[in-house]
Amino acid sequence: MAETKPIVLQTEALTKNFGALQVTRSVSLKLPHGCRHALIGPNGAGKTTLINLITGQLKPDSGRIILDGNDITDAPVAARVRKGLTRTFQINTLFPDLTPLEAVTLAVCERQKVTGQFWRGLSAQQEAIDEAYDILEKLKLGDVATRTTRTLAYGRQRLLEIALALATRPKVLLLDEPAAGVPKDESQMLFSVISSLPEDMSILFIEHDMDIVFRFASRIVVLVAGGLLVEDTPDAVRSDERVREVYLGQAHHG
Amino acid sequence: MTDTTFTQATARGWLRSQSRWSPFEIIFWLALLLPFFLFPTYLPLASQIAIAALFALSVDLILGYAGIITLGHAMFFGLGAYCAALLGKAGWGEPISGLLLSGLFAGIIGFIASFIIVRVQHLALLMITLGLGLLTQELANALTWLTGGTDGLRIPRTWPIFNYFRFDLWGYTGYGYTLAVLFICFLLSRRIVNSSFGLALRGVRENIKRMPAIGSAYQSHQQKIYAISAAMAGMAGALLAQTTSTVTLEVLSFNRSADVVVMLILGGTGRLYGAIVGAIIFLIARDQLAGVNPQYWYFWIGLLLMVVVLFMPKGILGFVSRLAGRRD
Repeated sequence: MAETKPIVLQTEALTKNFGALQVTRSVSLKLPHGCRHALIGPNGAGKTTLINLITGQLKPDSGRIILDGNDITDAPVAARVRKGLTRTFQINTLFPDLTPLEAVTLAVCERQKVTGQFWRGLSAQQEAIDEAYDILEKLKLGDVATRTTRTLAYGRQRLLEIALALATRPKVLLLDEPAAGVPKDESQMLFSVISSLPEDMSILFIEHDMDIVFRFASRIVVLVAGGLLVEDTPDAVRSDERVREVYLGQAHHG
Repeated sequence: MTDTTFTQATARGWLRSQSRWSPFEIIFWLALLLPFFLFPTYLPLASQIAIAALFALSVDLILGYAGIITLGHAMFFGLGAYCAALLGKAGWGEPISGLLLSGLFAGIIGFIASFIIVRVQHLALLMITLGLGLLTQELANALTWLTGGTDGLRIPRTWPIFNYFRFDLWGYTGYGYTLAVLFICFLLSRRIVNSSFGLALRGVRENIKRMPAIGSAYQSHQQKIYAISAAMAGMAGALLAQTTSTVTLEVLSFNRSADVVVMLILGGTGRLYGAIVGAIIFLIARDQLAGVNPQYWYFWIGLLLMVVVLFMPKGILGFVSRLAGRRD
């Protein structure tokens, strides 16, 4: 079972306040090696905030974040990425005037620490280019590799979000609503791409569509009002009274 | 969906094609030799253009490629000019070493300034660069014993280049020298923007928020290009001092900082050639318009600037390349 696998990423009593509002309440979370966890919860539960805290876009008021046994609570965003903790964004955060090939090559070059080399032509970085192309190919972006990002269809841009993250060779990948805004049939396709990612990569994804969550997650983390409500297998979460209440309560109001 | 088969080789080939020399570029550089034969009376103006183009090129590297906006780059132009002038006054009139030393000096100051520059963005960045420029100008104004204050400095004639080409009254050597330096700095800039470093700079310009999320400590990229740009601006200033044998406080003025941005916007940012085309248009327009009416020529520059910004958002070169249907 998952319990026996080593823990790659761990948060300890992570807390964050925006003024008087407590957006993250003492969240302690463990991601084992190679996991496929879903992070769910009603709107405003603090899911994106939690990801921002883990990846360093926000600083927690208290608590610790541990990656591979190292405390990274105070590390800058880029340093965390270099240690293997990468995220994608709910709203496309791409390089509009670069081509996918250029963008992913850039991410590979950053990982290889060759972006300081201003005296060497880009086409000399053959390994980086080949690797970038392979990533794009794997994500079905090979045929649009040399088109300007801003001209790509929205679904393709969502895939490029993931391609950029993969270029950093993450050990832990946090996907913030990878299928946000994508039509349902396409989002199934997107998640089949995600589920085919290497097994040793630990993945936590936020997703609203419960069909997808139950289909692709091995465990589900439920966040409510900034606090951890349940963390369990899909079957257990499905039959959990408290979860039901939260979602049904929502449905009644909505 | 097309069934063109893409492969790694296609990808590599495409990237290589992005940095290939086009025939237009070769024609462009050959055309810059024309003043020697067609307009020998305008050679001093041609030198001024080459110097302004080099200065604009230095600004394009930070503004057009790294997204660092500036209203104070004359600071480095002026530092280079005074450095070359003081070397000349001290009795060292050898042009090339003087040029390199001036560039080095401006580059070092640029590197020091870059620690502040990378901490701010947008309006704050404009104000910081503007402030640094004003500080430098007033400092030069106050240090009369060193800079000559408002009187400026007169420099003994620069020694012949390679101990052979004398700086003549007609400006043959002057234009040859400034054009050669412009060309070499252009080759260097071209290499920089076509490297993995140049790609990272474009990443910073395109989306600074994404850069840390792909593991980039992008501030060090910005610092590096800022220092390179400052060195290049310093060399442009040194060229002015060496070819005109005078330096005044005007080299550090806000006007010069603003004019260079105007040239770049006219020509088009982020394409290197925009800097050169912008300098040509700006200085020829000034020369011609000042001949018609020496007082109000800025009126026409203002009008031209508005027309370009409204109807050619990517500058004159961007407009031309769109007409020619090339990828932008």
